[in-house]
Amino acid sequence: MTQAPTKQGERRRQELDRVVIRFAGDSGDGMQLTGERFTSATAFFGNDLATLPDFPAEIRAPAGTIPGVSAFQIHFADYDILTPGDQPSVLVAMNPAALKANLEDLQHGGLLIVNSDAFEKRNLEKAGYEANPLDDGSLSVFQIVQIPMTKLTVEAVKGTGLSKKEAQRSKNMLALGVISWMYGRPLDPTIEWLEKKFAKKPGIAQANVLALRAGHAFGETAELTAYEVKPAVLAPGTYRRVNGNQAVAYGLIAASVQAKLPLFLGSYPITPASDILHELSRHKNFGVRTVQAEDEIAAIGMAIGASFAGHIGITTTSGPGLDLKSESLGLAVALELPLILVDIQRGGPSTGLPTKTEQSDLLHAMYGRHGESPVPIVAAYSASSCFWAAVEAVRLSITYMTPVILLTDGYLATGAEPWRLPTMDKLPQIPVRFATQPNVGDQFWPYLRDDVTLARPWAIPGTPGLEHRIGGLEKADGTGNISYDPENHQLMTEMRAAKVKAIEEDIEPLEWRGDEDARVLVLGWGSTYGSIGAACRRLRARDIKIAQAHLKHLNPFPKNTGQVLRRFDKVIIPEMNTGQLAKLIRAEFLIDAKSITKVKGLPFRAGELEEKIVELAS
Amino acid sequence: MTQSNEGPSFLEGVGITEATGGVTTLTRKDFTSDQEVRWCPGCGDYAILAAVQSLMPDLGIPREKIVFVSGIGCAARFPYYLDTYGVHGIHGRAPAIATGIATARPDLHVWVVMGDGDALSIGGNHLIHALRRNVNLKLLMFNNQIYGLTKGQYSPTSEKGKITKSTPFGSLETPFNPISVALGAEATFVARTMDVERKHLPKVLRRAVAHRGSAFVEIYQNCNIFNDGAFMALSSKEGATGNRIYLEHGKPIRFGPDGARGVVMHPDGQLEIVDVASVGEDKILLHDEYRDNPSLAFALSRLADGPTQPTPMGVFRDVDRPVYGDAMEHQLHAAAERQGPGEIERLLHGSDTWTVD
Ligand code: SF4
Repeated sequence: MTQAPTKQGERRRQELDRVVIRFAGDSGDGMQLTGERFTSATAFFGNDLATLPDFPAEIRAPAGTIPGVSAFQIHFADYDILTPGDQPSVLVAMNPAALKANLEDLQHGGLLIVNSDAFEKRNLEKAGYEANPLDDGSLSVFQIVQIPMTKLTVEAVKGTGLSKKEAQRSKNMLALGVISWMYGRPLDPTIEWLEKKFAKKPGIAQANVLALRAGHAFGETAELTAYEVKPAVLAPGTYRRVNGNQAVAYGLIAASVQAKLPLFLGSYPITPASDILHELSRHKNFGVRTVQAEDEIAAIGMAIGASFAGHIGITTTSGPGLDLKSESLGLAVALELPLILVDIQRGGPSTGLPTKTEQSDLLHAMYGRHGESPVPIVAAYSASSCFWAAVEAVRLSITYMTPVILLTDGYLATGAEPWRLPTMDKLPQIPVRFATQPNVGDQFWPYLRDDVTLARPWAIPGTPGLEHRIGGLEKADGTGNISYDPENHQLMTEMRAAKVKAIEEDIEPLEWRGDEDARVLVLGWGSTYGSIGAACRRLRARDIKIAQAHLKHLNPFPKNTGQVLRRFDKVIIPEMNTGQLAKLIRAEFLIDAKSITKVKGLPFRAGELEEKIVELAS
Repeated sequence: MTQSNEGPSFLEGVGITEATGGVTTLTRKDFTSDQEVRWCPGCGDYAILAAVQSLMPDLGIPREKIVFVSGIGCAARFPYYLDTYGVHGIHGRAPAIATGIATARPDLHVWVVMGDGDALSIGGNHLIHALRRNVNLKLLMFNNQIYGLTKGQYSPTSEKGKITKSTPFGSLETPFNPISVALGAEATFVARTMDVERKHLPKVLRRAVAHRGSAFVEIYQNCNIFNDGAFMALSSKEGATGNRIYLEHGKPIRFGPDGARGVVMHPDGQLEIVDVASVGEDKILLHDEYRDNPSLAFALSRLADGPTQPTPMGVFRDVDRPVYGDAMEHQLHAAAERQGPGEIERLLHGSDTWTVD
């Protein structure tokens, strides 16, 4: 960290190149919202940033307890960053439970900002503190700033006529005001947002604004240390903040525009995928049809029906929802219709960890259907890459007449980053050619394949002369009539596999980056991209030679994958599972890949990866 | 870049017909596919297929606008035998797949063919929700009160005590009354007919076609291999006159030789079968298909415990409610009018953007 004093108003701000702040409080304290607003202002200010929301699965676990703690971490910097940060340098703790649950992560010497009002007997007991940690000297390694946030808030909003209880609810805005002052974030975007959000409840809006301003004023009058993190030097362009779920929704809509086909989403609410349903439901002016189905099975069934009818059928899910969709996905494989199944991976088995991230559905996506049932798999690697992954999934699905699984995960889904908006000319063309004519004499054969893509023709109801029936029973090659012929089943099984394999000719090759003479390659997929990148940066800073490659297609793998892997003496694969990609790589390429695995519901920390890579590389 | 929202405009230029009511006259042959029909000889499914194939040309709907969707079971083979568009789906899921088709394309005529196990056991959830949503589907449930394709296990409509391969000591389960289930699921059109009903079956189907929205038709169907004679009380010569109660809108509910028997409603809402002569003709209940309140239709559905007693046949209920796909179409148009047609750049730029030079 550099410390060059700069001038801001009358006061000097201490300059930092990066900061990691974690807001932690009770799940009723509005910490996610606080973090979001701070993120928005930070993006507006021009820093590069990455966020990590971490909240309990229960909507309201018992107030004041450790299971009820909700946290939001943001990493922002004056350079391009890759992860939401390993350890916070600043912890805002709204109550004792939040302190207890998060203190372990705070950097030694870090800044600890607490709501001292919340450190009373009952709350301390609920958090399991015998003595008040603010008094007993146990926090002496940190710089503590105690602020009576509840009292200050009640005082600030006095004029609004809100009850004391209602008034206290704005204390998150007071905290936000304090932090905004300390890091020189503008208040206006938040004020605007509050006024819009509570337009129908002006009293609440006013209270929140007053609390926010009071926090800001407190920072100034209490002469808290002020910092500055200069805007990052980012590539020129228009930016916005985006999280993975939004980006998936936008990508699907963009693909629908490119294909000139309407989207049809069948979905059943499930954490953390529901936001895609919410987002797509807002954009009916694009002709997007969304149905909240009666269950996961109906959701995919409806999407299959819509695809048969000529729309782009989409279904979104997570965790157990993926299991429930397996049978229908098999039907889509047999019907050879376009269909995009978006799976936001979360901790399992069963209900598992609904709000925590994991990458443990890869093998399910590959093999989780009875029979030989190959499905292409596309994986996003960052929040904004979810946009491109969604476009790619639609492109492959339509071009090859096949269901495609798009994998993201809980971390990508809810984590946000600045996104340089693409111009439309960057989007691929997605040509759609519905069949219009008989293809064998005066007959129409629904399973007569294209020579190159092996895709069957897409003939949609309403097209005269192409009436045909398709189904889950094995079909005769060409005619699509029911066939139990052994030779035909062999042929059709091989065809379906060959069709998916053929996609390798049509996707980007695997790129690797790093030292030309590196002997060790770190291979990743999905959301580990940022952590791996940050770990490799650190290794290079230590003069350790390292190379990095990241898979965006998991089935089929890019054609040159084996070639790239064999270039190195050692391949290390970090994954948030127990080694699923490593298993595939070993099976496919007979390469003795080494795993680094983690299933703690949280992304890898760059530091932890750095150490493990060093261990395995030697 | 914009996308027009004028209905399914993406269909332009793909040779899709827009008009319903074809110009050329079609015959039963036009609706018969080249696939060999493979039900057991004597199966009730043949009669239903023949009725549907004969009915189709009369409806004036072009073949390409018709889609038959099915799940799994003997009945589910139906789409293969009709030369229209068709999807043979998976067990129980036909109403879900059909919901996708009908919602994406309100211009299509979508039929769902299900068996009793398909519709009420594995697919029960999809059926009730399709009915509740009032998706524009003609849902035919062939009820043979048995699992045929898996060779003779009891079904959710088999009578209690039924001896089958999976219930050698008799079934312990109370069966569903499909008409009651459909009415309970807010169905807007509910009817019953039978495979041997040469005239009544097409008549009821025609009514179902005329109803825009979900039309549920229970068709008693004899499985002569695993449950032969299940409907004997209705299909026999004596049963035909003695036990079939034909419902007709606005007419007194009478049946039996010379209409000697009839249905009355007691002050507590209970229905009872009586001799018309003993109560007087004016006491006989008038059938009202169009009643918004489904209670009376429900009471009629409970008149018989099963097809072994006098059983109402015909249309129980036929009411109007907004159709799911139409209502969705309406929302799309309204959104396009309000927000303007979708522009991807505008969407991405949203409200909170900043520029780096
Ligand atoms: S098993 Fe029964 S229902 Fe199935 S085809 Fe044979 S007779 Fe018909």
